[in-house]
Amino acid sequence: MNVEEIFRREYGRAVAVLVRTVGDIGLAEESVQDAFVEAVRRWPEDGLPPSPAGWLITTARNRAVDRLRRESTREERHQQALLLLSAPSTAPSTERSEEGPVRDDRLRLIFTCCHPALALGVRVALTLRLLGGLTTAEIARAFLVPGPTMAQRLVRAKNKIRDAGIPYRVPDDADLPARLSGVLAVVYLIFTEGHLHRPDLSAEAIRLGRLLAELMPDEPEVLGLLALMLLSESRRPARNTETGELVLLADQDRARWNQTMIAEGQTLVRACLRRDQPGPYQIQAAINAVHSAAPSTVETDWAQVIALYDQLMAVAPTPVVALNRAVAVAELSGPAEALPLVDSLDLDRYHLYHSVRANLLRRLGRASEATAAYEKALAKAANTAERNLLRRLLDL
Amino acid sequence: MKQYLLSIYQPEGTPPPEVLDRVMKEIDALQQEMRAAGAWVFSGPLHPPSTATVLRANDQDDVLVIDGPFVEAKEFLGGFEIIQAADLDEALDWGRRLATIVKGLAVEVRPFQ
Repeated sequence: MNVEEIFRREYGRAVAVLVRTVGDIGLAEESVQDAFVEAVRRWPEDGLPPSPAGWLITTARNRAVDRLRRESTREERHQQALLLLSAPSTAPSTERSEEGPVRDDRLRLIFTCCHPALALGVRVALTLRLLGGLTTAEIARAFLVPGPTMAQRLVRAKNKIRDAGIPYRVPDDADLPARLSGVLAVVYLIFTEGHLHRPDLSAEAIRLGRLLAELMPDEPEVLGLLALMLLSESRRPARNTETGELVLLADQDRARWNQTMIAEGQTLVRACLRRDQPGPYQIQAAINAVHSAAPSTVETDWAQVIALYDQLMAVAPTPVVALNRAVAVAELSGPAEALPLVDSLDLDRYHLYHSVRANLLRRLGRASEATAAYEKALAKAANTAERNLLRRLLDL
Repeated sequence: MKQYLLSIYQPEGTPPPEVLDRVMKEIDALQQEMRAAGAWVFSGPLHPPSTATVLRANDQDDVLVIDGPFVEAKEFLGGFEIIQAADLDEALDWGRRLATIVKGLAVEVRPFQ
C-alpha cells in the first residue's frame, strides 16, 4: 500500500470534511496531517482499514478535539471541542458513513478557495494546497516563488477567510453562474500553467475538473472545461520532440495522441452538444474535438472550426480568439484572405500574433516581411521552448 | 453574526448638488432596508478632511494637536456604514448596493475583530 498515494487522493476530501466540522481551515489541515502521520505509523502494522478515507476523517476529528482541548484555556475553543464530542459517534463502525456528505464538503471548499475576495494567484495556490494536496514547497516551485513567500501568502489567505468571514458554502442560484465561472477560471489557469513544461499541474487540473464534473454534473461549462483539458492534454505526447523542442499542430505525429483522452473528451463534447447551452469552454472543447477527429491538417474540417470560432466570438469576443479564427480562415480560404483579418487586430504585444503574421506573409511569398515578423515574435516570446521553435522557423 | 465596516472613499471636492441629492436619497433608502433586515448598526456621513484634527501623544504623555487630516490623500473617507451580516458574501451584497449608489467611488468592506 502506498500511503503517499492515498494522501494525495484523500487529502482534499478529509480537509473539506474537517473544515465543516471544526470551522477553521488551519485547524482542519493540522488535524488531517496528524491523522496521516498516524496512518504512516499504524497501517504498515495493522493493515489498511476497510475505509481509509473514513479512518482518516475519524482520526483527524479526534486529533482536532485533542488540539482544541489542549488550547481550551480559551473558552471559545473549549466550547468547540464539546460540540465536536457531541457530534455523531466517532466509533470505527461509522467510518464508512463519514464519507456521506463529503461530496458537498469538497464543493463548498472549492468555492471558498476560489472566492473573488481573494487575489487570483492566491485562489490558485489555495486550491492546489487544500483540494489538490500539493505541499507548499511544490506550489512555490510551480510558480517560481520562494517557499517562505508562498507559505506566508497561504497563511494570510487562510486568516482572511477566517477573519473576514468568507463563507464555506455553495453560492445561491443567483450568484452561482458568476462564482462558478471564477472556479473554472482557476482550474483552467492551473491547466495552462502546466501546458508547456509542468505535466503534473495539468494532471492536477484535470483531476480537479473531474471532481467538479462529478459534483456538478448538470453544469455544461464544467463538462466543457473537462473536455477541453482532456482534448488538449491528449496531444502532449506529440507536442514535444525527445529533446523537448515544440512541434506545431500541423507537424505532429497524430498516432502519438492519447486516444483514451480523446475518446473521453469527445464523449463529453457530444453530451454538451445535446444540452445545447453553449459557453466558452464547451465551444473551445468542440474546436479541439474537430482537430482530434482529423487524420491530418489538410483533412481537418476547417469550415466547422470557423463556424465554432464565430460562435466563440459571439459569447467571448477577444482579439486572441479572432487571431485563432484567422488561422482557420487561412487554412480554408488561403493566406491572402486571412492576412487582413490578422492585420486589423490590436495584438502587437502578443508573440503569437507576430508568428501567425510571419507564417501568412511567408506563404504569400513576402519573405523579408515574414523575417521581420518572426524577429518581432522572437523579441516578445518569453518561454524557451517557444523561442527555440521561432528560431527554427526563422531559419527555414 | 459578524460586523463589517463599509467605507466610502471619495475624491476631494463636493459633487454637483443634483448628484449629491440623489446619492443621499438612495443611501437613506438603503439604510431603511438595512434596518428592516436587521443588518444596520450605525452609519455616519463625515465632514471633509479639512475639518479634521489629529492628536498624538509622546512618551511623556504630551499630546500634540495638529490641524488637518492624518493622511493627505487624493481620496478620503467620506462616510461609512457599520452592518452585521452572517458572512462576507452577505456583507458584500450590501456593499454592492452601496457601490452602485455611489457609482465610481470605492467601497471598502472590512470585518470587525
